[in-house]
Amino acid sequence: MDPIAASAGRQDENILIEKAKKGDFEAYGQLVERYERKIYRLARNITQSNEDAEDVLQDAFLKAYEHLDGFQGQARFYTWLVRIAVNESLMKLRKRKSDRSVSLDENIETDEEPIAREIAVWDNPEKQYSRAEMKQVLDEAITSLKPIFRVVFILRDVEELSTEETAETLGLSIAAVKSRLLRARLQLREKLTRTFKRKGDQILGYV
Amino acid sequence: MVTCKDFLREISEFLDDRADPQLQSELKAHITQCPNCWVILDTTLKTIQVYKGMEPQELPEGVHGQLMKALEKRCAAKTKKAQPPPTAQK
Ligand SMILES: [Zn+2]
Repeated sequence: MDPIAASAGRQDENILIEKAKKGDFEAYGQLVERYERKIYRLARNITQSNEDAEDVLQDAFLKAYEHLDGFQGQARFYTWLVRIAVNESLMKLRKRKSDRSVSLDENIETDEEPIAREIAVWDNPEKQYSRAEMKQVLDEAITSLKPIFRVVFILRDVEELSTEETAETLGLSIAAVKSRLLRARLQLREKLTRTFKRKGDQILGYV
Repeated sequence: MVTCKDFLREISEFLDDRADPQLQSELKAHITQCPNCWVILDTTLKTIQVYKGMEPQELPEGVHGQLMKALEKRCAAKTKKAQPPPTAQK
């Protein structure tokens, strides 16, 4: 989006928020329509479950509506909404599995050296794979990540939150966000390269 | 001297342009001389781009309707609460 259109969009969003704060249901409905698909995707990406994602979607928009007065407008509305949805999603995760793989605060993973095994070029997979196939490849790769890496990658690289916003949302240090993002990006790169590399056109060597 | 190991450790910061300027330029110099690291950088960048480029899909059937119904209910409850009770109007 160009900056002028973006700022016009934001102005118009502030009007909708002001209206919704005064109880204008239609205005809130417009905000819902604007972001519901992204919030659903976010919740599904984190929880890995359609059912949980539906619950999160509903709870997040209800909660946001109830706390709308607390939204001050310094942050983007979407970022504010994302924080609510992430918290709801994490609660689902923690409720579902009590095993330690869900813990977001463990630190052991940062001791390992980052690795890159697959060293091969690839280009424009969109041209060789259908949308559905692409979605499946990307979904499978992201599902294979541990939650502690997955959530950070989603917030930083899919939702485009800043490192600071991600740290604040997840209650992590900046260093922990950076370290997890590095590992998430490299692990996904590894998996996508395995799928997308041109056959018979590899491998330069190992690092 | 930046090694391949150093490069890998810093690749994320390098991509986000957050490494300190001195290191950033040393990392840049490394990829001009090291084809392996260049490929890793290129494919990491592409990995991020394909995820960024994925459009969110339509919601499953009925989910939007359910959400709006739940919101409407809550909205009605909120407006009712905001009005003074009928006895207070006398
Ligand atoms: Zn290298």
